[in-house]
Amino acid sequence: MNFEEYAAKSLVLRAAGIPVPHGILCINAAEAAMAASKLGPCVVKAQVPAGKRGKAGGIKSAPTPNEAKRFATQILGMRISNFTVERLLVEEQAEVVREFYAAVLHDPESRKPLILFSTEGGMDIEEIVATKPNAICRTQVDIDQTPSQKDFASMLTGASLGIAAPKIVAILEKLYAAYRANDAELLEINPLALLADGRVVALDCKFVLDDAALYRQPEIAKGGAPGVMTALEQRGADNGLKLIQLDGNVGVLANGAGLTMTTMDVIRHFGGRPANFLEIGGEAYTKSEIALDLVLSNPGVKSLVVNFCGAFARTDVMADGVVKAWRKLRPTVPVFFSIHGTGEDEAVALVRGGLGIEPYDVMEDAIQAAVKAAQ
Amino acid sequence: MIVRKKDRVVVLGITGKQGTFWTEKMIAYGTNVVAGVNPKRAGEIHVGVPIFPSTAEAIEKVGGEVGVMFIPPPMAKDAAVSAAEAGLKLLVVLTEHIPAQDVMVIHAAAAKYGARIIGPNTAGLVTPGECFIGIMPAFVPSVFKPGRVGVISRSGSLGTLVCLNLTRAGLGQSAFIGIGGDPMIGTTTRDALEALDKDVRTDSVVIVGEIGGVMEESAADYAKRMTKPTVALIAGAAAPTGKKMGHAGAIVTGNAGSYLSKRQALEKAGVVVVDTPSQIATAVAAGLKPRTAGSKVAVSE
Repeated sequence: MNFEEYAAKSLVLRAAGIPVPHGILCINAAEAAMAASKLGPCVVKAQVPAGKRGKAGGIKSAPTPNEAKRFATQILGMRISNFTVERLLVEEQAEVVREFYAAVLHDPESRKPLILFSTEGGMDIEEIVATKPNAICRTQVDIDQTPSQKDFASMLTGASLGIAAPKIVAILEKLYAAYRANDAELLEINPLALLADGRVVALDCKFVLDDAALYRQPEIAKGGAPGVMTALEQRGADNGLKLIQLDGNVGVLANGAGLTMTTMDVIRHFGGRPANFLEIGGEAYTKSEIALDLVLSNPGVKSLVVNFCGAFARTDVMADGVVKAWRKLRPTVPVFFSIHGTGEDEAVALVRGGLGIEPYDVMEDAIQAAVKAAQ
Repeated sequence: MIVRKKDRVVVLGITGKQGTFWTEKMIAYGTNVVAGVNPKRAGEIHVGVPIFPSTAEAIEKVGGEVGVMFIPPPMAKDAAVSAAEAGLKLLVVLTEHIPAQDVMVIHAAAAKYGARIIGPNTAGLVTPGECFIGIMPAFVPSVFKPGRVGVISRSGSLGTLVCLNLTRAGLGQSAFIGIGGDPMIGTTTRDALEALDKDVRTDSVVIVGEIGGVMEESAADYAKRMTKPTVALIAGAAAPTGKKMGHAGAIVTGNAGSYLSKRQALEKAGVVVVDTPSQIATAVAAGLKPRTAGSKVAVSE
């Protein structure tokens, strides 16, 4: 789950005791002007859960309330990476002396938390990696041994941070604690800025919450940014099903992410275009009835592949759901089955008896026929 | 990570619906299930298996080298850590959606106590004709049969399909190693490849990979020095970038973890990468044929 900057700053950083600039969340230009008159010279920042907001024109410095109002009018409603700007964060302008980069994230290769720090703040980490790879300190952490203040200090050896060093060490320590406490997948401050008045503050923050941990982070999760989902994808999510709508015309219903992706690949291999990704694997295999409804609700679908290969998921249970839904929905698109694995004989009998359709023996044949039918 | 009939298996969460169903299947197939763990049902016999309050006590009383977990995500971390601490050498974590920081704690405990983790989010391990651990249809004769092809898969469903295709072509399997679909798994494609490379009962290997991460690239690095013919199928060529395709592991951002990067790395290492599942058996059969040095295996479309 992604978070917008204001939410990441207030729910995570400020709660952890990491300094952030004074700021006020606004939803219209009048509010932005009022905030600016309270804060003095300020920055008007578009709130969307995506990067490159500055480059998209979504971040502007406003010396006066009038200008804050003008920029707010400009930025609200702007489209930035598929999101429409509906909120602004108006923040005090900071006099920046130096910019740093700090982050804690999962490192899949070592299976450990990874702390990143760089004296080259302000750029994307990818940019720093590409242009100044030596300017990044990378430290893997043993998750069962929280580093001490001394450990954090030694991570920064050689960074020549001057008078800012003790403050940065304290912030790193708090950042790591916040990463752990909030089940972060990524917690990034970029830039972390040393200001002219000696303060070290987080000017921007990115926080990604581990979706698998939502159940134990209910309070923080309330502040999450809504994703960009189509109405149909939302309906899938409401039913606990992961649906991704694509622009093709061959509908896909398969169990397990691997088999579903391969079904999509084979559709493309035969010159067709998949209409969706929809996984009913794992515990979701009992939801084939609603799943079929979702796939067929996409008006672009001209034919359908049902590809089951049962391991944990029983194909007889899935086929039963499909037959039930098919009878209810009475769709007119042609459907092509391939069914193998756990419960195969019962499943084939259900499809044969219930729909009068003979499943294909080889998955590729079913898919090739579906691609042809969609043309 | 290649399980044998002699391996003594402890089932954590044996009394639940899935634990019960799959334990019965495992025993019927030949798996040596010696104990179950459930603190609330200790002392009972469930599906013919004695239940103990903890993994440590199970090992003390009846022994055990391998554990398999039918435990829901909120309890998975504690169960896995105590299983590693109790001395299990191999722990198969079937659970999907364990919070990532819990997964890291599990891996740290495994490293500390010298246990190997398979998964999380794996469908398990099968040694056809001998035993299986997990939630794979080992007992369906059209899917698995004993033989000499080793199969590594991130996905249970696609791995099942691949084994089915091999079996139909008369190519039995020496071992199926389901490594799991999570982004942080204990046993990687490379680890499994190395195990099958060293396994005297395996003549060739099939890698069933997926987009996301760098595991296939890292396995390709190992494959360079292998002499056993290796075939790979990578799922996700048609997947859009920036979208998680079900498994949290299957996501492509930029070039990292992309289909092309994996395919190129594997091909460069001499692995035959096929486009569709039914080409696998043909490619494996072609690879097993005696061939002159330097000849290439061609796979017709």
